[in-house]
Amino acid sequence: MRRYSAFAIAREGARYHQGWERAWKAPEPKKKYDVIIVGAGGHGLATAYYLGKNFGITNVAIIEKGWLGGGNTGRNTTIIRSNYLQDPSAAIYEKARSLYETMSQDLNYNVMFSPRGVMMLAQTQHEIRGYERTAYANALQGVKTEFISPQRVKDLVPIINIDGPRYPVLGALWQERGGTARHDAVAWGYARACSDMGMDIIQKCEVTGIQQSGGKVTGVATTKGDIACDKLAVVVAGHSGTLAEMAGFRLPIESVALQALVSEPIKPCMDVVVMANTVHGYMSQSDKGEMVIGGGADGFNNYTQRGSFHHAEETVRALVETFPIIGRLKMMRQWGGIVDMTGDRSPIISKTPLENCFINGGWGTGGFKSIPGSGWAMAELVAKGEPGPLAAAFGLDRFAEGRFIDESVAAGVAH
Amino acid sequence: MLIFECPYCGVMADETDLAPGGEAHIKRYGPGSSDDEFESYLFARKNPKGVHFERWRHVSGCGKWFHAARDTVTLEVYATYSAQTLEPPKALLSAIKKKNPEWEGWS
Repeated sequence: MRRYSAFAIAREGARYHQGWERAWKAPEPKKKYDVIIVGAGGHGLATAYYLGKNFGITNVAIIEKGWLGGGNTGRNTTIIRSNYLQDPSAAIYEKARSLYETMSQDLNYNVMFSPRGVMMLAQTQHEIRGYERTAYANALQGVKTEFISPQRVKDLVPIINIDGPRYPVLGALWQERGGTARHDAVAWGYARACSDMGMDIIQKCEVTGIQQSGGKVTGVATTKGDIACDKLAVVVAGHSGTLAEMAGFRLPIESVALQALVSEPIKPCMDVVVMANTVHGYMSQSDKGEMVIGGGADGFNNYTQRGSFHHAEETVRALVETFPIIGRLKMMRQWGGIVDMTGDRSPIISKTPLENCFINGGWGTGGFKSIPGSGWAMAELVAKGEPGPLAAAFGLDRFAEGRFIDESVAAGVAH
Repeated sequence: MLIFECPYCGVMADETDLAPGGEAHIKRYGPGSSDDEFESYLFARKNPKGVHFERWRHVSGCGKWFHAARDTVTLEVYATYSAQTLEPPKALLSAIKKKNPEWEGWS
C-alpha cells in the first residue's frame, strides 16, 4: 500500500492524479478463513484491524450484506465522548476516545477527529445532581470531565439561550477532549488498513445461515456460497437478533429506529457538541456548516431505517427553545438507523452458547464513539477465546446474574 | 404514522395517542422456576424482522392495554385484539400467513 502524505499529493498532482491505488481490494471469498467477521461496519472492521495489529491474525474475511460502513456507521451523528457513570463503560469508551486521538496517524487515513468538546446540559435539578455525580465518578476513573456553570456554558456556546423559560440551563457536564470525527472515514481507514494486511472484505454478500457441528461453529452459508471458518464474530448491530436466531440462541436485544436530521449549511456558529438530554436532542455543526441534530428513538420494534415524524418534531421543538437562531433553518435531510437496545443500555461483547462464535452488539444509540475500543476488546476475545479486562463485564451472562451495567437511568436516549 | 384500531373503544388511534409496551405473550415464570426460565422471561426477546406481536396502551383514550400484530419491516398493522388472551387468535394467524406465505408462523 502506498502511504498517503503531502508528498504523495504533490507527486500525484504533477501527473494528473493517475497513480492513486484502490483503497481496498474487492476479492472473491476463499474456501476457508481462520476468522470470519460478519458485518463490515465500524465495529466489524475495527475488530479485524486489531486482530491483525495486536494478535497477528490476518487470515480474516469480513462479510458485509450491503456496502462497508453503510449501516449505522454512515448514519450516526459522529459524537465521541466517554463521560459515563459506571466503571466498565468509562473504561471501554475512554479507551475508544483515546484511540481516536491517534487514529489518523495509526491508519494513515485522515479521520478528521476534532476534539472540540462535548457539553451535556443540565436543565433540571435532578440532572445537576446526576452530572455532578458523573463528574466525580469520572475523576476517579481517570476521565477528564468537569461540571461547569451556566455562564461558562454561555461563554462556550454564545448562541445558546440559558434563561428558559421551560428548560433553563442550570449547568453542564463538560468533556473538553470529546468531539466528533468523520464517520465514513473511520470505516474507510480501517478497511484500507485491513485490506493492506491481506484481509478480504467481501461486500454485497449476505450471510443466510450459520453452520455448526457438535456445538461448534464451522462456517457460514452466504449468497456467494459456503465459507468455512475456525472462529466467527457476529458484529451486526441492529440485525444481531436475526443472526443469533440463525445460530440458535436468543438475545436480550430489541431493534428500534433512532433518527437524525441535518439543516442547510450556515456560517460557523457553534464549535462544540451540545447534548440536551431532558429535551431529547443534541446538536453540533459539521465542517460543511450544517447543523447535525440527533433525536429520540421510537419505542417500538422497527427495521425500516426511518423514524416517526412526531419524534423529529419533538426534538426540533425543544431545540428551538434552547437555540433560538435555528428557528428559521430549513432541515435538508432526515434519516433513521436501526439500533440494538439491551435492557441496561450497555453493549454485549461476549462468548455465545455456540462454541467459537462470538458476538459484539447491543451498542444501542452509542455505537460510533466506541468503535476503536469495541474492536480492541472484541479482537482480544476472538483471539484468546476469553474476554480481556475491557470486555469482561459485558458478557451475556450478566443478565442471568443480575450484574447490569446500568447506564439506562443516566442516559436512556442520547447515549 | 402507525394507526391502530383500539379493540375496546373502537377508536382509530394514532401512534401519538398510544404507548408501546413491547413484545406480547411473554410466558411468565414465578417462584420455583429455573434461573434460565426467569432470565428468558425478563430479558430474551424475539425481535423478529417481520411479523411481531406486541402490546400497546391507548394512553390518550380509554387507557386500556391491547395487543397488536404488526410488521417491523413494512410497518403494516395487521390487526389488534384483546389483551385478555394468552396467544394470538387462530383466524389472525391464518390471515397473516395468507398475506405472507413465507412467514414461519407464531411460536
